[in-house]
Amino acid sequence: MHRNLCCAVALAAAAFPAHAQDSELSKMREALRQLQQQVQQLEKRLQDAEKTASEAENTAAQAAAQASSRPQSESALNPGISAILNGVYANLSKDPNTYRINGFVPTLGEVSPGKRGFSLGESELGFMANVDHMFRGTLIASIAPDNSSIGVEEGYIQTLGLSKGFSIKAGRFFSGVGYQNQIHAHAWDFTDAPLAMKAFLGNQLNEDGVQFKWVAPTSIYFDLGVEFGQGRAFPATERNKNGVGSSNVFTHLGGDIGESIAWQAGLSYLSTSPRDRTFDDVDSLGTGVTNSFSGDSKLWVVDGVLKWSPDGNPTYKNFKLQGEYFRRKEDGSLTYDTLGQSQGTMTDGYLSKQSGWYLQGVYQFLPQWRVGYRYDQLDSGTTTLDLVDSGALTAADFPILAAYKPKRNTIMVDWNPSEFSRLRLQFARDYARMGEPDNQMFLQYIMSLGAHGAHRF
Amino acid sequence: METIFKVCLGLGLGILAWPVSAALNVFACEPEWGALAQELGGDKVSVVSATTAKQDPHRIEARPSLIARIRSADLLICSGSELEVGWLPLLLTQSGNDRIQQGSPGFIEASQYVVKLEIPKVVDRSLGDIHPAGNPHVHLDPRNIAKVGTVVTERLSEIDHASADFYRARSESFGKRWQEAIQRWQQRAAPLKGVPIVVYHKDMSYFISWAGMREAGSLEPKPGIPPTPTHLAELVDRMKRNPAKVVVYSAYNDPRPAEFLSQRANIPGIMLPYTVGGTEKAKDLFGLFDDTIDRLLGMLK
Repeated sequence: MHRNLCCAVALAAAAFPAHAQDSELSKMREALRQLQQQVQQLEKRLQDAEKTASEAENTAAQAAAQASSRPQSESALNPGISAILNGVYANLSKDPNTYRINGFVPTLGEVSPGKRGFSLGESELGFMANVDHMFRGTLIASIAPDNSSIGVEEGYIQTLGLSKGFSIKAGRFFSGVGYQNQIHAHAWDFTDAPLAMKAFLGNQLNEDGVQFKWVAPTSIYFDLGVEFGQGRAFPATERNKNGVGSSNVFTHLGGDIGESIAWQAGLSYLSTSPRDRTFDDVDSLGTGVTNSFSGDSKLWVVDGVLKWSPDGNPTYKNFKLQGEYFRRKEDGSLTYDTLGQSQGTMTDGYLSKQSGWYLQGVYQFLPQWRVGYRYDQLDSGTTTLDLVDSGALTAADFPILAAYKPKRNTIMVDWNPSEFSRLRLQFARDYARMGEPDNQMFLQYIMSLGAHGAHRF
Repeated sequence: METIFKVCLGLGLGILAWPVSAALNVFACEPEWGALAQELGGDKVSVVSATTAKQDPHRIEARPSLIARIRSADLLICSGSELEVGWLPLLLTQSGNDRIQQGSPGFIEASQYVVKLEIPKVVDRSLGDIHPAGNPHVHLDPRNIAKVGTVVTERLSEIDHASADFYRARSESFGKRWQEAIQRWQQRAAPLKGVPIVVYHKDMSYFISWAGMREAGSLEPKPGIPPTPTHLAELVDRMKRNPAKVVVYSAYNDPRPAEFLSQRANIPGIMLPYTVGGTEKAKDLFGLFDDTIDRLLGMLK
């Protein structure tokens, strides 16, 4: 429309009689220029208006897209689901079926280094979500590779709605004894557990029970917690009784040193009273016998972890130093040959004071690459067997309990193409068996699917 | 055992009686939200930020000092959209603090209050560490800061009624200064319109969209996957055919991949603050945008 007007004016100007006076002509030209200017301004305003409209349309379209991308169905409230895939190739110089930690009562847990050759590790299936405004629930099932069982590794609820630093967890969960025990195996820095965890916690202790924790309102991190459990696994034994089968008290201190270092130190005390906790041994006549322990088992653990990264940004480089010291006292009675298969069943006092520790460092030197070294050492300490002291039996009737200091050196390198995948190569020389060093090589993959997991410090 | 428990209990009670400051405790996941809370809350808030500009907000750990801080927080402000998925859920469950749980007035997920970009049509991890809810780095569009600011003011007033007038006054003052600043930035950033830019990670998308720039590639082959030699070589080739004007990286990124591309493809490269504290001039939110625009304009000369 403006253009038409403009043209009309131009034509009119052109058709103006040539003999018109100069002044009139210049007036006309001036009017024309003004008109042209007005038209230009109007056009610009129109363009601006169009642009604003299209921007608004864009925004509206984006908002609509966001609204429609929100899931509308029931599945919107499905819990987060994750799966951990884990496969291992192991090369072991000694038969893993003969694995034992000399000097220590066998734990009946999964302490052996696993199968030789290719094997599927334990697969994990996890479900987690907020239950409501008060609770959060987590279920992690482990599927054994031999098609034999699906086990509940962890299945617990925890409170969201408590205040003043209190929280409660109930169900089956990894006990807060020590540091690494609470971490899922797929997030460990080495393929297998430290020897101390194998000897004192039967690899990893998950307890059925309840945990109360309180975090102090201080700028330095300080917590206090207590767990009461059934005592379903080593060092406890399941007992058909009401009340509490095992209890654990723990405390942590933690903080930052500058921006680059974060640390945490912990102390925990696990107290249980196992009854008829059996283990197999071969006595002095060469006969396989079953012995059992009843009494009190008390375990102290001191743990510490320190993480360094430049400016607190672990993406490119970081270092993690981790160590734990375990000390256990078991006081009670030991029954020899419970089934009367060899020299007859005998019972007398038993007292042992044993310890063990490990220290490990893992260095990420490039974004996707890490190397690590771990040193393990256990000390069978003092074990007093009244059956031996009284002369009823000899120390040779309890070869597994003979004094020994198991050791192990482990190195590993892993490659992590993303947060969700890890390929690891690990070598270890394991002196858990007296006089029989075992050279172990593991090549392992660990991959996680689904919901993005959050890992503990 | 008993004595130890008594000692622990005594220590615990002693710490309970610790003097707690009267100011409202604000826990910000990222420095930009900390700076916003400080602008709006003034001396009535005590702000801590879980991350610094030198730290990748995707990647930090749920370390003990953060649990200690979130335990006493009255207000939590995070970007959300899964930016903090690797650490915030743990902090929330460990905090024993019901004031800042999801759904309470003390919980603000900033990206919920803005129009998000880059919502993926296909969600699959083979595409990298993508965020199904859209790009979470929303603060680099200055208009989004204003939107989130309104929410922060509402929540501050709700949590601390007594000072509601104080917060409203500060909010009005900040809002006015911020709108003026946006006008100024729009004029200053005009030459950036249409300028092709290579980013390190997709953390500049909101700025690029606001300033009308054009993203011509990223140093990461896929979001969250560190730059690889193959991808960089491919990028150099692409830049020879279709050169970008500038390659940028954030204060928390490794500068080397950007320097590599900058040298090989002869494109100027520069670090951008990304958030408050990323550079000396990015002391607050105003400085963040001033410095980002200045640095980019400096590259065009």
